[in-house]
Amino acid sequence: MENQTNNDVPADAPHACPGTTSTLAGRVSACAGCPNQSVCSSGEPRRIDPAIVEIGQRLSSVKNIILVLSGKGGVGKTTVAVILARALARNPQLRIALLDIDICGPSVPRALGVENEQVHSSGSGWSPVYVTENLCAMSVGFLLTSLEQAVIWKGPRKDNMIKQFLLDVDWGEGELDYLIVDTPPGTSDEHLSVVNYLKNVSSLSGCILVTTPQEISLQDVRKEVSFVKQANINVLGIVENMSIFKCGKCHKESTIFPRHDGLRQLCETNNYELLSSIPIDPYIAKCCDDGEDLFELHSDSSTAKVYLNLAEKIQAKCQLKKE
Amino acid sequence: MSGLDKIKRIIVVLSGKGGVGKSTVTTQVALSLYNSGYRVGLLDVDLCGPSIPKMFGVDKNSKESVVYETPEGMTPVDVFATSSDSSRFKLMSMALLLDSENDAVIWRGPRKVAMIQRLLTGVKWGELDYLIIDTPPGTSDEHIAVMTVLKQHEHAKEFLRAILVTTPQMLSINDVRREITFCHKTSFHIIGLIENMSGYVCPHCSECTNIFAQGGGTLLAEQYSIPFLGRLPIDNRLNAILDQGITKVDNGLETISETETMKLFKNIINQILDRWE
Repeated sequence: MENQTNNDVPADAPHACPGTTSTLAGRVSACAGCPNQSVCSSGEPRRIDPAIVEIGQRLSSVKNIILVLSGKGGVGKTTVAVILARALARNPQLRIALLDIDICGPSVPRALGVENEQVHSSGSGWSPVYVTENLCAMSVGFLLTSLEQAVIWKGPRKDNMIKQFLLDVDWGEGELDYLIVDTPPGTSDEHLSVVNYLKNVSSLSGCILVTTPQEISLQDVRKEVSFVKQANINVLGIVENMSIFKCGKCHKESTIFPRHDGLRQLCETNNYELLSSIPIDPYIAKCCDDGEDLFELHSDSSTAKVYLNLAEKIQAKCQLKKE
Repeated sequence: MSGLDKIKRIIVVLSGKGGVGKSTVTTQVALSLYNSGYRVGLLDVDLCGPSIPKMFGVDKNSKESVVYETPEGMTPVDVFATSSDSSRFKLMSMALLLDSENDAVIWRGPRKVAMIQRLLTGVKWGELDYLIIDTPPGTSDEHIAVMTVLKQHEHAKEFLRAILVTTPQMLSINDVRREITFCHKTSFHIIGLIENMSGYVCPHCSECTNIFAQGGGTLLAEQYSIPFLGRLPIDNRLNAILDQGITKVDNGLETISETETMKLFKNIINQILDRWE
């Protein structure tokens, strides 16, 4: 099978290619006859992309950056990212921003209830859309003119878009306490891009891995774990979403998605903390669909409490990382 | 000459959103067609998160599931090889080509495109009535690659159809809207829309709760004049079997065929077959 890990080894490279960013690039015997030999030996590929440096400067006023990741789609990355942002924003002292890098399926605008908003640009960059005084968001969804408009882009264009988001968004005056980054499913272009651009940003606190209880979902999360390890990103913890369902009529619990030992094992082998188990709650789906604030409409619900608890844990973890 | 030459019909299962049940629906379509006596192939082009082998209980470490490289292409896995007509259900997925189950495929677009081309044209399917293709979420490299490769095929062109899957939520509906635009732009014929995870029946009191809202699918189908193929509730039994793997459960094929949603699926399959002409 082909080499899957070395990102700087091109897919069609000669067998013993040392990788384009290696100090041996262009110098080993395998490079003889490779059309890229002169480029590699010039050292050009080893130069740091100037954008990475600029991004570091732009994001220097952000205290904590948190990535929300999952190998699987539809497990609730956006839901967790949005409600977590809202939970954190309940503290009026904090300034929270949410960045949606799901280029092909941006759901953050809808879930925050700002679907029809547009982004304005000024001299200092793109202004994000403000949901409340201390919560703002940025998404490809704000740049599209209609709901039907599909973003049928290949990798490089998506990479560019993400670069622009990190580089050109003006998150406002003063410091941003939390920048939460919502990602698409998988381990591909978007993930490589965001990790690549953020690798030198010291305020990257780490990532939250979201999963549902099924083995089918865990299987993809394990893949994400190996991605996270390769990319050397700190894991703040795992969130189990859609854990159980409590019937609204008889109040008995049932498991919609089969649960078993897999998640506990995953946490134990990797020494990750299971931050919280979020039940399936029709209110959550409704709130996200309507763009309402869960904490305003159903502040007493048990799910709201689970989320507030999660927000506290995240804050503590970020604090710990700093010290 | 490519692996697609002897295939009569191709169905691509699409959805803009992740986790709405593309793989589950793909499995249901394939099993229903298999149960009707057709020769079925199932191709999983989700490179980063392939779920199909797991759902069928196909373990790449077992002897029966080894993929061989032959001059005519890679050999797919015979799933129900123990039954009397052994080679009527074939399966191919990225997961079968990886060394370890936990390996992540961390590839950028161009590499994924090359792999998809190989999976589409380099598999020795033999004669098939239907090839069902499961896709990853979104409208990006993988989808463009699938479309480009399939459209080069004179033969495939006439026999190519798409099924769209959504959940009733508006969040999912919006992503499917984008997928419809993708289908229109690439002039891909949509045979219909399936609304999945439509309600959950409490096993204790039989009260049906619409966990993910309701009615979004019909609305969308009307709006874009796409045939609405049906509504599938959340099915605990089906989920449990697929999570273990069909061939890992005793009488898995029979048990899964008796689940509520598989029964509902008969009607959906009939509609698909009727509308094909």
